[in-house]
Amino acid sequence: MDKTLYKNVFVFAEQRGGVVQNVAFELIGKASELAASLGEKVVALLLGHEIEQQARLLIEYGADEVICIDHPYLKDYLTEQYSQAVYQAIMEYKPSVFLIGATTIGRDLGPRLSARLNTGLTADCTKLEISENKELLMTRPAFGGNLMATIICSDHRPQMSTVRPGVMQKAERQTGRKGEIIRMPVKFDESKFKVRLKETVKENKGLVDITEARILISGGRGVGSKEGFSKLQEMAEVLGAEVSASRAVVDAGIIDHDRQVGQTGKTVRPDLYFALGISGAVQHLAGMEESDYIVAVNRDKTAPIFKVADLGIVGDVSKIVPLLTERLKKEIQEK
Amino acid sequence: MDIVVCIKQVPDTTEIKINPVTGTLIRDGVPSIMNPDDKGGLEVALRMKDSMRANVTVITMGPPQADAILREALAMGADRAILLTDRKFAGADTLATSNALAGALKCLKWDLVITGRQAIDGDTAQVGPQTAEHLGIPQISYVTDLVHENGNMFSARKETEDGYQILEFETPALITVLSSANKARYMSVRGIVEAYGKEVEVWGADKIDVPEEKLGLKGSPTKVKQAFAKGLKGAGEFYEVDPEEAVSIIISKLKEKFII
Repeated sequence: MDKTLYKNVFVFAEQRGGVVQNVAFELIGKASELAASLGEKVVALLLGHEIEQQARLLIEYGADEVICIDHPYLKDYLTEQYSQAVYQAIMEYKPSVFLIGATTIGRDLGPRLSARLNTGLTADCTKLEISENKELLMTRPAFGGNLMATIICSDHRPQMSTVRPGVMQKAERQTGRKGEIIRMPVKFDESKFKVRLKETVKENKGLVDITEARILISGGRGVGSKEGFSKLQEMAEVLGAEVSASRAVVDAGIIDHDRQVGQTGKTVRPDLYFALGISGAVQHLAGMEESDYIVAVNRDKTAPIFKVADLGIVGDVSKIVPLLTERLKKEIQEK
Repeated sequence: MDIVVCIKQVPDTTEIKINPVTGTLIRDGVPSIMNPDDKGGLEVALRMKDSMRANVTVITMGPPQADAILREALAMGADRAILLTDRKFAGADTLATSNALAGALKCLKWDLVITGRQAIDGDTAQVGPQTAEHLGIPQISYVTDLVHENGNMFSARKETEDGYQILEFETPALITVLSSANKARYMSVRGIVEAYGKEVEVWGADKIDVPEEKLGLKGSPTKVKQAFAKGLKGAGEFYEVDPEEAVSIIISKLKEKFII
């Protein structure tokens, strides 16, 4: 394959319900850095129906061009419809790099496309850089986060990678930033449409497995009552986090066993773990010490939890949690 | 109805520890298990066997010792087991793995292919959809429920970030299943006894019609350039301040870590 034919950093601008998802802006932020190192352009690929007004926003967040594929078939995500459209865009515009959000949509579309294009795909990258010889270096965790690996895709194009939401930072929005919007027509092979979307249901996913949560707000004896835990729940909702607990509060019947962290509960490794009012018995530490970043709040400054915490705060959980929830709300709104 | 379930033997990653002195992985003595999402997929297939007499074949690509999870699957109730093993498959990334699996699947008769959503040693969730593309069949990923409507019509519940979708499809198709879909059955005593009497078929690269340059390391567009341990944890920061200031410190740290 002639790699010199492939240029520019493409971002799949995922939309749901006609709204471009945050992860797209985050990827554009990263793509701008990569494109600068390569001396190439950032191009956002936007698929949907009556979606063009969203293209402006992508430009304001850093896209130099937006390729807009507007078609009734693309209103809601369906694997084959989207694969056909994106495939045609890639064949026509030949990007060197193609970034996709590691969402349920991105993790469905990415591998399907990589097989259709016969190129590599690296999942859930946490770091992306350009090497001296202009290759994309894709770093990701492996073995349940125990090991990091840097992956390259030397002989195939585009170099494809998925990135989880929240991993990259979006750039500052520049109102009025100029960029080109290209409307691309596509041809569909309808005979391949074998899946029909019957129903989309939104629900509050309060009952997910705590081992899969990216952020855990964990409470112990220091949180005390059910009322105390309802404050943690509020904080969790702001952060898109899950609430978990130490054994003491599970045994006291304040919270269900399926949310217990520790040797007799679950082993968790979230990106962020709040240990609130948890002293940190060995059996609890065994279940959470390998979390990426641990914030502990406890009144007792000799509590063992502070030995594993990245950030330890001596203080009263009942005072700090409501204040923190308010501040988080503000920060996230401003973002 | 014929179902093929693709399963993988994985190290139990929750048992892997880091050597506190060297910061490297301790893999010795880590038990190998059937990947949890694949077990969820196998259970979906076995329930189809219970309710509509589906015939269930399990297949895995891996080293000879992956035989253990095929025996486990037989003991749970699978009818036939195939071990894809060959040096030519070694070093495969997800695309090369899907090339081999699709090649093997083309040698079998099936209406439905089931894989786990992802394996706990790689967490990529790529092999299922890539295999479906090679086979030219639709995929439904992140499935937690499968219902037979009529004839070759099925509906699946697909989990999403903010809820779920119900998707209707016709077989042939491939679904990728979450371990949370069900509670997989245990092996029965009779199943265990029978499993050791049953044959596990061993297939090499010569059995499947896939060119060698599409298999193993050679067939892998992605290569590992470097692997490294995450490193040891440095000493944490510690503050004894009033609540307002504590909150400001937490917020600034979370921003620094790109969490908010």
